[in-house]
Amino acid sequence: MLETIAQLQIGEKGIICDVSLDKIPLKLLEMGCLPGKEVELLQKAPLEDPLYIRVNGSHLAIRVETASQIAISKI
Amino acid sequence: MSKTRSITVALVGNPNTGKTSLFNQLTGLNQKVGNYPGITVDKKQGVCELSSNLNASIIDLPGTYSINPTSLDENIVYENLVDDQNPDFPDVVVVVAEVENLKRNLFLFTQVKDLGIPTVLAINMSDQMSRKGIKIDIKALEVALKTKVVLVSARKKIGITELKEVLRNYQDLNTKSVADVSERIHGYFFKRIQEALPHFSTYKSWLLISQEKDSSFITSEEQEKVDFFKAKFEKIKKFQHKEAIYRYQVIHEILKNTYSVNRTEGTDLRGKLDRILTHKIFGYVIFALILIVIFQSIFAWASIPMEWIDTGFARLADFAKAQLPHGKFTDLIIEGVIPGIGGIVIFVPQIAILFMFVAILEETGYMSRVVFLMDKIMRRFGMSGKSVIPLVSGTACAIPAIMSSRNIESWRERLITILVVPFTTCSARIPVYTILIALIIPDKHYLGIFNLQGLTLLALYFLGFFAAISSAFLLHKTLKIKNTSFFVIELPNYKIPSPKNIGITVVEKTKAFVFGAGKIILAISIVLWFLASYGGKDFKNATEIVKSQTASLELSEIELSQEIATYQLEHSYIGKLGKTIEPAIEPLGYDWKIGIALLSSFAAREVFVGTLATIYSVADEGENTATIKERMRSEVNPITGGKRFTFASGMSLLLFYAFAMQCMGTLAIVKRETNSWKWPILQLVGMTGLAYVFGLIAFQFLK
Repeated sequence: MLETIAQLQIGEKGIICDVSLDKIPLKLLEMGCLPGKEVELLQKAPLEDPLYIRVNGSHLAIRVETASQIAISKI
Repeated sequence: MSKTRSITVALVGNPNTGKTSLFNQLTGLNQKVGNYPGITVDKKQGVCELSSNLNASIIDLPGTYSINPTSLDENIVYENLVDDQNPDFPDVVVVVAEVENLKRNLFLFTQVKDLGIPTVLAINMSDQMSRKGIKIDIKALEVALKTKVVLVSARKKIGITELKEVLRNYQDLNTKSVADVSERIHGYFFKRIQEALPHFSTYKSWLLISQEKDSSFITSEEQEKVDFFKAKFEKIKKFQHKEAIYRYQVIHEILKNTYSVNRTEGTDLRGKLDRILTHKIFGYVIFALILIVIFQSIFAWASIPMEWIDTGFARLADFAKAQLPHGKFTDLIIEGVIPGIGGIVIFVPQIAILFMFVAILEETGYMSRVVFLMDKIMRRFGMSGKSVIPLVSGTACAIPAIMSSRNIESWRERLITILVVPFTTCSARIPVYTILIALIIPDKHYLGIFNLQGLTLLALYFLGFFAAISSAFLLHKTLKIKNTSFFVIELPNYKIPSPKNIGITVVEKTKAFVFGAGKIILAISIVLWFLASYGGKDFKNATEIVKSQTASLELSEIELSQEIATYQLEHSYIGKLGKTIEPAIEPLGYDWKIGIALLSSFAAREVFVGTLATIYSVADEGENTATIKERMRSEVNPITGGKRFTFASGMSLLLFYAFAMQCMGTLAIVKRETNSWKWPILQLVGMTGLAYVFGLIAFQFLK
């Protein structure tokens, strides 16, 4: 079963498998959130949302609802 | 003698790349902040001398990750670079990149390059390369990117001369594309675009087609052709996806041979600071402490220069009175212009301090941590973590605060933020609050440090914040707008703020604010003075009427002239206006003089103090020009015989000013930002209605 960024634990990494522009904004793609890129969950906000991730050398915060649309395979 | 030529240079770059630092280095204080026509985003422009006969007009465009705009700010970049008829269309673009995240910065670079504009890459923060183990082969990078690459450090003033040299010779720059998307995405589709719009570059046409919104700068004939392709919605999304992948492939290939990082075990300062600053408990505690420090310093530091300004203007009026010849014009200066200007200059210290703190929090990178920390909580009130910035800046002024809501991606969250920001206590309320508090709250200390007046002011701040939050919640529950929300924010590296950048921001913003508000206040003071200095028949014959009325009282010369002045004011045009609305505001404990101040406050709140100053100084025939506070304190309520500004009427006024929508500037901005009269009217009616009710309750219960 494919997992999403929302299922990562703090410190865990994954490789992005699939992103669909229907579900996530173009801006994220343009920032390098693309298939094949490594993503690491650095931290969660105090109320478990948003998530603080590192992808393509950028440090970003995205909401869980967006994160759960980005499929990854854990490494 | 040779003529000086001028070229236009646009600075483009991701947020947090130090673009503004570079702008400050290139232009120094030689800059002006204007508005883009039709919208009120700051347009920062400055002049830089490239050689004795060549000047560059440098435009600092808003930070963006891509030419495809997702906000109004980013739309400016799009319009400036895609519309070659734009008056600010650049002769050459400097893409400012940051050395550590060159990959992502190059995404924007390749887009700009594809538009065929001469483009230079300036890699900023190059002084940190050796510390971070980064090596760049500039020669090879220049070949791969088909342009000049300059290593700069805006903070350490490295590479500025070299950059100017490159700009001087901008005509030699290669304008070929580095990641030509047309072939790679779909040759046939792009060929058809090219055929349909032959006088545009293919990439420009593609950008026009792939935007969700129509571009305002093309003809309707061109728009028709664009619409034909736009209809293939599914295809366009797919191609945009492909484009992003392709650009990163090209960038990856280029950097593989030119850029290397030797990741040694550096001190992970970011990680450590993040763990503390966004901690479950400490994160909020630190944020609360920072807010307390900000507000404490506003009142502790600013009160001293404010006192100087207040007495300074009173002395200036005395001086003018003594020096200038008697006459109507002198009266206008002393009674209209000087108190009017004094009314605005007095709160420069507080605004400047607030702007300074906001600038520091943004520069250090802390503000985005606050956004991260607050997002979930703010969402319960229908807002976004990004709403914290407008709500905090709203304590300086609602106008820039509403503009700073532009980076909120969801329209619903943005609208709620815009609607509630004017509840936060802006600096224009400070002079009103300070003077009323000084009049009705005793200057007592508790436990040595807590000052009762200070606590009252703090309570009013909380009241404003509480009003904002609860009305947001109400709007969240009632507004029927679908929430298509997404939320992305970059958490940049922590930085030590540059005093120069902070200084320039504070000076520019304060200047813009004072001149913007100053114009209105000055105009209103002059109009008020005229309305207060002229009137009908009773006004003209005031001397005779008062003399005959008071003949039996044996008044002294001074007492008599005061009686005449008061009578005149009452029968002046403004007096009549105030009397007309008096019945409506009497239940709140106000008289017609306060009524006039309320009316003029609808232009801007701070006018309240200036108006009362003008009104009372017209009536004041004493030897010395007293400060506004003294005049207000001695004002008598003729019905009760006591003071006009009692605890009850004072509290009522404080509450009225806490809630009422009294700022034409804000209404104008809301109209522009929401593109409808519906929302500013809702604010005007809703907030002012609330103010009336609270003022009424307060006065009726306390009197």
